[in-house]
Amino acid sequence: MKKEKNIGSMLGEYGAFIALVLLAVVLGIISPEFRAPSNLLNLLRQASFNGLIAIGMTCVILSDGIDLSVGSVFALSAIICAEMITMGMPAIVCICGALIVGTLLGTVSGLLVTKGRLQPFIATLVTMTAYRGLAMIITDGKPISRLSDTLTSGSFLFKALGKGNIVPLFAENVKIPLPAVILILAFAIFYFILNHTTYGRKIYATGSNAKCAKLVGVDTAKIKTSVYAISGFMSALAGLMMISRVNSAQPTLGDGYELDAIAAVALGGTSMSGGRGKITGTIAGVLIIAVLSNGLNILGVTSYYQDVIKALVILVAVLSDSKR
Amino acid sequence: MNIEMRGINKSFGSNQVLKDAGFLLKDGEVHALMGENGAGKSTLMKILTGVYTKDSGTIFVDGQEVNYKNPQEAEKAGIVFIYQEINSLFDLTVEENLFMGKEITKGFGICDKKAMRAKAQEVMDRLGVHIPIDATMADLSVGQQQMVEICKALMVDAKVLIMDEPTAALTESETKVLFEVMRSLTAKGVSIVYISHRMEEIFEMCERITILRDGQYVDTKYIKDITMDDVVQMMIGREIGERYPHRDVKIGDEVIRVEGLSSGKKFHNVNFSVKAGEVLGVAGLMGAGRTEIMQAIFGNLPVDGGKIYIEGKEVTIKNPRQAIANGIGFITEDRKTEGLLLEKSIAENIEIANLGKVSGSGVLNPKKQAELVKKGIEEFRIKCFGPDHECNNLSGGNQQKVVLAKWIYTDPKILILDEPTRGVDIGAKKEIYNVINDMAAKGVAVIMVSSELPEVLGMSDRIMVVHEGEVTGIIDAAGADQAKVMTLATGGSL
Repeated sequence: MKKEKNIGSMLGEYGAFIALVLLAVVLGIISPEFRAPSNLLNLLRQASFNGLIAIGMTCVILSDGIDLSVGSVFALSAIICAEMITMGMPAIVCICGALIVGTLLGTVSGLLVTKGRLQPFIATLVTMTAYRGLAMIITDGKPISRLSDTLTSGSFLFKALGKGNIVPLFAENVKIPLPAVILILAFAIFYFILNHTTYGRKIYATGSNAKCAKLVGVDTAKIKTSVYAISGFMSALAGLMMISRVNSAQPTLGDGYELDAIAAVALGGTSMSGGRGKITGTIAGVLIIAVLSNGLNILGVTSYYQDVIKALVILVAVLSDSKR
Repeated sequence: MNIEMRGINKSFGSNQVLKDAGFLLKDGEVHALMGENGAGKSTLMKILTGVYTKDSGTIFVDGQEVNYKNPQEAEKAGIVFIYQEINSLFDLTVEENLFMGKEITKGFGICDKKAMRAKAQEVMDRLGVHIPIDATMADLSVGQQQMVEICKALMVDAKVLIMDEPTAALTESETKVLFEVMRSLTAKGVSIVYISHRMEEIFEMCERITILRDGQYVDTKYIKDITMDDVVQMMIGREIGERYPHRDVKIGDEVIRVEGLSSGKKFHNVNFSVKAGEVLGVAGLMGAGRTEIMQAIFGNLPVDGGKIYIEGKEVTIKNPRQAIANGIGFITEDRKTEGLLLEKSIAENIEIANLGKVSGSGVLNPKKQAELVKKGIEEFRIKCFGPDHECNNLSGGNQQKVVLAKWIYTDPKILILDEPTRGVDIGAKKEIYNVINDMAAKGVAVIMVSSELPEVLGMSDRIMVVHEGEVTGIIDAAGADQAKVMTLATGGSL
């Protein structure tokens, strides 16, 4: 027996990347502004928020779950960081605190799924609503601003998270945004985890057939809980980068971010029923969404049309994926 | 109805599954269609009923050339295929399933519940089955679900019934009922194509037999003119020798002892032990609690009481992880839902049970991975294009070999096999028996649950019989026969 590699299946496997390249080339030809290196770097910075969330989302979806709470975790962790800053704590404590909170918030969703036996959609719908409400309660619905000025120590660290740049030794006029660097690092780490570790294997096995995985000794409840914890951590990290960038924290931050993250994962060809998909696909998905918004903005397309175009691109990508 | 299929060719991609295959069916006969897994039996029948389209060849029904484009067309002509896999909507009731897509209406799409219930009851009565019409499919036993499938086929006025392994999940008594129904149907002129791996049933029920091998027509014979050995030889093109290979193993010390194990209404006060190198066969009717006992030992079903001793020491097993840590391997009854990650590769399936062996501090080691999987494919002779072959696309026998491989490399001290040869062809069955014997020779204590009595009798040292959650007897296989086991299995005593 032989396995045949035909053009169709190649297209399926690399579909998202091909779409990304086509999109970028077309936009690059139309618009010199788009292809300017500074814009491309900026695009990476814009992609970093959705990118980090989408990484966590990929883990959750691979385990046969879904996390709707990411946008609320994003906001609530950011608000807690901001509150800690106004209390006068050093930046490093605020940042670590917010990351821990995000991880715990995710863990709660995970426990609702595993111990509470709720369907992931319902469990995270509950946490999504509750966390958003908490963010509103804590802030009384008002933004907390001038964060970096309030910080007594480590304000440099806080500012760097969202606004910082790394200047390579060989090219002093190139400034790579720190969020983009964090995104690339996170992708590399999760690429390794999902493809080269036993933990990654267990995530895939749990999503593919939880019954079977449990019978060969995989603690499926622990695996499921852990992916929501990861998702919470990544959302909190993205939230921190966001408030650092805008120097203020609002309880409405990250509203609807779950949809962009799910869209990126779907664009990347990951199966919504778990067990099948690749983090590399998610990278392509994240970049497609970022390139679209950035490119359409530059071309002056209004946001109403942008949404329709985005929807069409997602539809085409997912349809071509299901046809293979 | 007469059916004549000639020169049928069919390829999937580069894989030619039927080469010049043929088949002749007469009025009112039960015609066995046999062959190893992958011989093309199901494909041939799916071409007849329009599930697949043939590449070339001709099909005549009562002298008229036909080309059914889909199963509905074939059904209209009176040809109904009862698939091996249960094709029901498990959340719906029996009645809703029976009339799916052919609801009786009062017009304007309003269902005539009364008429449907009456018709359903009539068909069930005709079959002599007693299944509550309002029961949800998911609550029925596998045997009952299969019966509903058969009822569904009889709701339409079938002239030809194609049955693919209809008895695989039926109990002895349900099988008897089914055979009665089949006889009454043929008396009315219905023809039946009977696909099965169970030789005894074919010799009991069928008039003629057609054998396929590697997608090619081998021969059609009258059953009365041939023996089981002839059939096997035609199927595999060579002799396989004894059906149940001989085992010469010195039986050692006790490895596992179960005392007073109980779990709700499922089973009660189960006591038995298995020694190193010994094969304990577990017989009983469907639903007697055999599978549940094994699930409980493996920690996948909570127990109310009882003790398990392994190598003399009492152990606590509350989940499969603890069972595995105590050296138990468990090959489940249903390889598709519990045994395999179906959409994953052979490699991933073998590795998932052996992650410790193929990794170092949590990081996978590609060299160790490749070695283990290569060993598995070679040792178990898994027919595939390589380690990346998706398990979905393997034949039943090869899927089972993957499950065996993944468990055997965990080096279990105790190996539990639940229906290890269900839906597996004769050649692969023998290979599985050889694996069981090899394990016994290595000193593993083997527990084999099986509904095929000849298999239990042929493979076991001792046989434990379960009836309605109670162990009714543990007998030496040497002095046992089918009658004795059946007596115990139906609640009698010896």
